[in-house]
This record gives sequence, C-alpha cells and structure tokens, in this order.
Amino acid sequence: MNPALLLARVLRDPGAIGGLDASDWNALWAVARAEQLAGTLAHRIAGLPMPHAAARLVEDAIASAEQGRTAALWEAEMARRALAGIEAPVVLLKGTAYAAAGLSPSTGRVIGDLDILVPRDAIEDVEAALLAAGWEWVKPDPYDDAYYRRWMHELPPLIHRDRDKMIDVHHTILPLTARIRPDAAALLADSMALENGLRILAPQDMLCHAAAHLFADGDLAGGMRNLWDIHCLLGEFGFEGLAARAAQHGLGAAMAQAVRQSVRLYGTDAPAEWQGWDALDPLFHRRLTARDTWGRSTRKAVQLGFYLRSHALRMPPTMLARHLWTKWRKGHRPA
Amino acid sequence: MYYRAADPATLRIVPLDALTLIYHRASGITHIVDAPVPEILEILGEGPRDVAGLLAVLGERFDLADPDSAALAVRLDELVAAGLVERTCAI
Amino acid sequence: MRHLKLLRIGPLGFRIGSHWRSPVAALDDLYRDYPAPQDGIADFNVHLFAARPWRRVLRPSVHIAGDFVIPDAAPLPLAQGLLAAEMGMNLQVALGLRRYLLLHAAMVERGGRAVLMTGISGAGKSTLAALLMARGWRLMGDEFALIDCATGLSHAFPRLVSLKNEAIDVVAQALPDARFGPLLEGTPKGAIRHLVPDARAIAAMAVPAEPSLILFPRFGFEAAERPVLPSEAFVRLTQASTNYVTLAERGFDALTRLVQTVPARAIDYPDAATALAMVEALA
Repeated sequence: MNPALLLARVLRDPGAIGGLDASDWNALWAVARAEQLAGTLAHRIAGLPMPHAAARLVEDAIASAEQGRTAALWEAEMARRALAGIEAPVVLLKGTAYAAAGLSPSTGRVIGDLDILVPRDAIEDVEAALLAAGWEWVKPDPYDDAYYRRWMHELPPLIHRDRDKMIDVHHTILPLTARIRPDAAALLADSMALENGLRILAPQDMLCHAAAHLFADGDLAGGMRNLWDIHCLLGEFGFEGLAARAAQHGLGAAMAQAVRQSVRLYGTDAPAEWQGWDALDPLFHRRLTARDTWGRSTRKAVQLGFYLRSHALRMPPTMLARHLWTKWRKGHRPA
Repeated sequence: MYYRAADPATLRIVPLDALTLIYHRASGITHIVDAPVPEILEILGEGPRDVAGLLAVLGERFDLADPDSAALAVRLDELVAAGLVERTCAI
Repeated sequence: MRHLKLLRIGPLGFRIGSHWRSPVAALDDLYRDYPAPQDGIADFNVHLFAARPWRRVLRPSVHIAGDFVIPDAAPLPLAQGLLAAEMGMNLQVALGLRRYLLLHAAMVERGGRAVLMTGISGAGKSTLAALLMARGWRLMGDEFALIDCATGLSHAFPRLVSLKNEAIDVVAQALPDARFGPLLEGTPKGAIRHLVPDARAIAAMAVPAEPSLILFPRFGFEAAERPVLPSEAFVRLTQASTNYVTLAERGFDALTRLVQTVPARAIDYPDAATALAMVEALA
C-alpha cells in the first residue's frame, strides 16, 4: 500500500494499526514525520494495543508536539504584549490560532512560524512595535524586501533575536499579485476575540484560509497536514454558510476542491452537494499522497507542474519572469 | 508604569551556588539569573508595583544595599524582554 | 532504497536505506554483533541517496537525509559511504531524540558508575573513551550520553568509535586485537577510522549506569584540574545538549538533578597518558 494512503487510513481509522507489521510501522512513521503529522498520528493511536517500540514513538511524538504548542502560544503572547499599544485588531492564523482556540486540528499538530493578520493601514505601526520589541529582519536583501512589500500579502519575515522564532505579518491571506482577492476587510470585521484580546478568524473564514493555503497559495507540499486541518475544521464547524463565504472571497473553487479531497482522503462527512470527483481531482490526490516508504517525495514531474502552477497563481506571467530572472542572476536555480 | 511578574505557579526556581535557575513553564524557557532577580519576581508575583514601590519592598524585606532606581528600571526592562515580567498600566 | 540495514545501538533503533551496496555492506560487517531494533520498529530513518539517478554511478556522491531535516548536509564521495551512514545516524539522534536528554559526551563505566566526558570537538573524548576501554572500563559511547529524565540513569550509545588522525595509531597500539573499519582518508575531518566497541560494550549496551562524575577535558594544556560549580556545569551541559529545550520541563528536571547530585571537574591534559591517570584518580 502507498504509505501516504496507509497514514490517511490510520488517521481515519486508528484501529487499522492492528494489522501492521514492522515494515508498515516504519513506513507509517517515516511518512508521518515527512508530512508533519507525527504528533497527530500519535494522538490518534495513543492507548491502542501496539508493539512496545511503537508505543514509545507515540509517547515521544506527543511530548514533542506539546513542547511545540507551548512555544507557539508563548510566541503569540509575546506578540500580544509587543502590540498591546496598537489599536488595530491582531488576528492569529493557522496553527497558532487552532491551538489558542483549542480547536481539534491542534491536537498533536506541529506549529510553524507565528502568522498574524492585521489591517493594511496598521502595518507600519505593527512593524515598528515588533522591531522595538526585539524582532529583526531575516533578509537584508533589498530586492527581496521590495518584492515582499510590493507584492506579497505580508511583511518580509521577522525573527526574534533572543527566541529565534519567526513571525509573518499578513494584511490579507493571498498575495496582492494573485488574481483571487479575498475580502480582507470582512476577515478582520468578522474575526472573534479570544480571552486575552488576540483574535481568530470566524469559522468559515478559517476554512477558507486553510483551503486557500492548500491549493492557491502553496505548492501542495505538506498537503496532507493542511488537508487534515480542513477535515477537522469541517467536523467542528460543519458546512453552514461555507459556500457563500468562500464565494465572497473568490475561493469557491478552492474550497470545493479541498472538501472533495478531504472526503476522498479522510472520509469527511460532507453533504451530497459537496461530494463528487472531477477530472483534475485525481492529479491533486496523487500529488498529495506522493511519498515512498522513507517519506520521500515521489513523482517529480507532478511536483514540477504544481510548482509552476503555484507561482503562476501568485503572480501574473510578466512579473513571474522578472522575479525568476532576478533570482537567477543572483545565482539561484529552481530545484 | 506598573510591573507584574509571571504567575508563581508557572515558575520553577532552583537556586544553585551563586546563580539561580528559573524554568518558565508558560514559555518553556530556562533563565539563569543572579540576585536580586528571584527577589524581584517574588515581590511582583504578589501584585503589580511601580519602580519606587518595588525598591521600597526590596530594601525592607531583603535589606538591599545601594538602592538605585535607574539600575532597577534597567533590570526590569530585561525581565520584560524575557517575558518574566509584564508592563501593566493600572493595578 | 535498494539496500537496507536495521540495527540497534543502545536503546535506539535505526533503519538505514542506501542506493548503493557498499555503505550497507560496511555496516553489516562492523555492526554484525548488534541486535535489530526492538519489534523491528526503528526510532530513526537514514537515507543515503544520489541526488540525480546518474550520480549513482558517475562520480557517485552520497547525500544524507532522514526523518529530521538536516540543513546543508554536504554530500560525501561513495568511498566514505560508511562515514555518511554514521553521520546520518548521529544527526537523526541529535535532531530527533525526545526520549532522553542527549549530552554530547563520551561515557565509560566501572562498577555501575558512569563517568561522562564532555567538551568541544577536539577535546579528545573519543580517544580517551577508547583508551579507557582498553584499560578495562566498559565503553558506553564516544559521542552521546542519554540521560533518562525519570530515573537520572545514563543509557549507553556505543556506536562505532570515530577515531581521527593521530588517534588512529595510538588506539591501534593500545587495542591490537580490536576490529577496525577501513581507513578513510581525506574526509572533512581528515583521516578517520572506526573502532568496533569490544564484546562487553556490545553485550551490556542495554544496561544503564548511575552517573558519578562529569568531566570537562581540554587537550593541549599543562595538567591541571579544578572543580566546576553546578551553575557552570548546568550552562556548559545545556550547550552540550541538542535537545535540552525540546524536552521542556523534563529536561530541566533531569539536568538540574544531574548537576546537583554529580560532581563535575575540568581537567586540562598535555597527553593521553596524563589524562588516563587523571580520570582514573578522580573516578
């Protein structure tokens, strides 16, 4: 069995570990680690009968995810303190938001950089406050800097000089160069306050962002984890109002496809109108699950197609050419 | 400007020879500190105080020699940056 | 991955895959007396692979990867495939270990009491560990000591001892009957030869020991020793650990307990004979 499909099967039905032999276990962990799903897997199967060596890995992965959660929530807290003097709303995004709100995707989830969404007109104040509180620019390169500021949906990444943690400050959820323009004002207006004053997106917006991230904003690398987020959020929030909200953000197609992939991979319980399987879906499905028993990506050709597609979606073609040329001149080469 | 320390329940404080180790559960960060940091955290853990108020208690309770409010303010800024102390506007 | 090796070192299981036969053949030979991972399930995966298919045969160059990502791990020539496998295993442990507090230290044991020797690369940890093994100590490892956070006991990680440059002949003379790997010339660290730990070290590798002494050796100085205060030992050991932070409070507990209960000393030594005498006098 394709080990990525084995992972999906165990996430859906943890009891499936009953039939695994040692080489299945090895492939399962390798893929789970590669997809950043080891902590999630560990929580799903914890307590079930399994070989002792597997149970130890479960324990390690749970402890590791817990430490990551502590560090991520602390980073959010330090950002909250740094931005306490700014009037604008500060909305947590992705993994940190799930953890801060105690949502189901956060169980065992790896959390990367801190991502926050702020109003575009507050971005200079936010930047100044973060710089004053010990964050520093990661990239000193003026081309990258200008590129980020002009075209991306975020400030160039900042890193904290003592804690070595990155923060990405967004003012919308897709780059300004992308043809799809989510309604950033609505994202902020409908966001919800947590107890400490930080905010999270409204449920349907959280799903829209996850879908945008999966298909429109990324190259599908690590897609199984992003799709697991969507599967869990759908279980938590349901489908009420989702189609209309996705359409408002221009993300109707991405949302629909995310749901179809989630149904296919994780067996998400979805209403009939969200089900189906169109011509391109098998390609997405194959890309999402392209892993060998060592967790390495397979199907290089499929990946390259998605890499270019990802760039094309983010930037109109002439801008893409200019961007790549500037990169190449500096000695970068596409992988 | 008032200062408030991290909840004492979130701190593991282990004195070793000359220095003191502080494990901060909320951040997962270990701090290695010298006097009078443990004393400052103890006082500010009881409730927010300003620099003058903190200095008075330090002098009274720990017999702190050479009370210097400028030096104490610098030390507090370091603790704020480390996340062990938070600035707060009101009591 | 056409070639596969499964093995256990101390409490940790490894699964190593390679595009080429030779690195796995070398592991099969040198680790022949080591058991398989418990239940056949590895804690860590290491892959040795060619970046492009034709590089399997044309100027073959061994890339190293694993479950935990290594930034900028430079490839090695196929002749150094054994070294690539060893580096891969070490890196996975350094990046991924969560079960024990990992200290970058050599460790030997006598009478159930373990001596940890930690310090920067070049402090002579591997050489001292090998020479102490020659003098009847149990070798627990030349690179990593694994501290159990719950019990405070130290677990062995007796991988192949990595000897460099001058140490190769010194140890070969002290251990004339020992098994050695091939001499690898021109590696990023000069000449390297791997020493197989003796039968006793392998047979007892699952047996932990109570840490009884922490040493911070420094090579190339007049013989001297001084006690190291717990606070200094704490700071130096956090720097010698790759996973102290990720273990969170468990790591804090393990390390504070270690420095509060085990004496620590810094020793400077001009040559191996002096160092051995100093270690045996202190232990």
